[in-house]
Amino acid sequence: MASKFTRSNSAGWLMAGPAAFLMALFVVVPFLFAILLSFTNQRLVSPNPTEFTGLANYQQLLGVGMITLDPERDAEGVIVREANGSPAYPRLRDLTRNNPDHPELDGLREWFSFQVGDSRTYVLARDVVFMKALGNTLVFVLIVAPVQGGLALVLALLINQKLRGINLFRAIYFMPVVVSIVVVSLLWRFIYDGNSGLLNNLLSALTFGAFPRIDWLGNPSTALGAIIAMSIWQAVGFHMVIWLSGLQTISPTLYEAASVEGASPWQTFRYVTWPGLRNTAVLVLIVITMQAFALFSQIDVMTNGGPLDATQTIVFQAVERGYGKQDISGGSTISVILFILVLSISLLQRWLTRDKR
Amino acid sequence: MAQISSDNHGLRLIVRYTVLSLIALIFIFPLVFMIMSSFKPDQQLLQDTKSFAAFLPVGDISLNNYFDAFKRAPVGLFVLNSVIVTGVTVLLSLLVCSLAGFAFVFIDWRGRELVLTAILATLIVPFETIAIPLLLIASKLPWISMDGLTFGWLNSYQVQIVPFVADGLTIFLFVQYFKDLPGELIEAARVEGASWWQVYRKVVMPLAGPVLATAAILKFLAMYNQYLWPLMVVQEETYRPVMVGLQYFFQLNRAWGEIMAYLSLITVPVLAFYLFLQRAFIASIASTGVKG
Repeated sequence: MASKFTRSNSAGWLMAGPAAFLMALFVVVPFLFAILLSFTNQRLVSPNPTEFTGLANYQQLLGVGMITLDPERDAEGVIVREANGSPAYPRLRDLTRNNPDHPELDGLREWFSFQVGDSRTYVLARDVVFMKALGNTLVFVLIVAPVQGGLALVLALLINQKLRGINLFRAIYFMPVVVSIVVVSLLWRFIYDGNSGLLNNLLSALTFGAFPRIDWLGNPSTALGAIIAMSIWQAVGFHMVIWLSGLQTISPTLYEAASVEGASPWQTFRYVTWPGLRNTAVLVLIVITMQAFALFSQIDVMTNGGPLDATQTIVFQAVERGYGKQDISGGSTISVILFILVLSISLLQRWLTRDKR
Repeated sequence: MAQISSDNHGLRLIVRYTVLSLIALIFIFPLVFMIMSSFKPDQQLLQDTKSFAAFLPVGDISLNNYFDAFKRAPVGLFVLNSVIVTGVTVLLSLLVCSLAGFAFVFIDWRGRELVLTAILATLIVPFETIAIPLLLIASKLPWISMDGLTFGWLNSYQVQIVPFVADGLTIFLFVQYFKDLPGELIEAARVEGASWWQVYRKVVMPLAGPVLATAAILKFLAMYNQYLWPLMVVQEETYRPVMVGLQYFFQLNRAWGEIMAYLSLITVPVLAFYLFLQRAFIASIASTGVKG
């Protein structure tokens, strides 16, 4: 509708200007700044001038190495064994600290190790905590994205029936979404508590006391799982609503046709409902992934990254360094790594769910 | 739908409602527990978790936890801060983003496509990835106040408000909504000699009720529940919002009754607001799912 009445450079810039300026200053500049700062040693407050340090921050965060050690043998070539019968290996520390034979391992520390035959392979990292944070975040995303998306779809299908009072159920399922994740996290600390926690009491009542009490957040093997379950509980209603709006765009005549053809409920879902939800599925998956990568509040309120770094996450590390230790460049580097991860996984999802025609 | 004989229809209905209700229990029990516990003394609160009493207003019920919470921390101040920050941000955001949406849809200006594309591209940048450099920027920005020109926004209202006034999602919502309005209406008003500001105020905004509600609700939820940013930029009590104020209740002795009272106090008004405007809340989330 280009005409002399709708054309006006001054009015356009005047009206879009405030938003454009604010977005440039508070989104675009910080984003570019993050990239720039990740190549420096900038701190929040520092007496020394900022220096360009190249890829040092990235090398420090992402440096990894691997070494396979053969067990120690005595003069006859028999494997030396520890008191508990396992083979004895050379000390890792001797190899990674100023060892002239292994300059590439200098400064690395053990991340994890595994056994093949008699020899033991160690995977080393320059920044073990960050590597754990990276691993935990990926586990979180890989579990939360499909489980939360799937459960949300099941709930949406349940809510999409014509029943009296169905809106009440929809309202209840959605309720946790409007509650702050900080409030939810504090509440669930009480549910997960090792002594008087509701979950332990419930499990113990259901099994007549047979189920042992677990400190869900204090145990490295259950802490991340507990946070995953709670996060899904809080956010699943949000995606239920997005699925619902997708469901409601599917034409009722398609369902009538399926019914006339005598399709089973599963066939109806497979050939009518699911194809109609393709775009919604892509959106739900990408939104959940973006939210899951940003995992921070739950960690800050519930575990502080512990126990034994079992719940460290990327954003928690970015904040701990960038804000806690005032290491702006380190925090920025983590932010850039996070952005690259989010972007590449979103693109991958879009590619995997593309229209195959 | 398959044909259902009338005698198993009732049974099916019971099964359906049972399933729906059991799921509802999963979503509602922590919130019921929170509210009920807020009225109980600590000892009873812990004792009650062993039975269904945890979800019932039984035993020694009082408002003591609420009074104690107010004694322990400046709760009223935190609530006021959150209301100021959330309210001002929502209002400014509606104004700034609707103006931008208007310019993008109805006005033909040089640079329009480029600026709109750039703004929509920011939708894939999570706030968490820019928070750290933003902290550095916020610590240096100038501000004019009663004391004249000052530098550094840390510990203030503006540091919690200004960065969130314009955002890609809100602008996107306005653009989507305005696109569906009849463009001839705007052109006709222009032909009759109305200024752009008049068209915005007298023609477009009176039609924008639904999108204003949607944008306001989404912004309200995001701002009121904000945690990471105020945690970093507000150390002084004077400007502390409710979510960061929680820390008080976790220092020194852990009084669960008071914590529950504080959680209820900052959550129940939002829940009531939500239940009251339930349809609008759900419609606002649903509209973020409508792809352009």
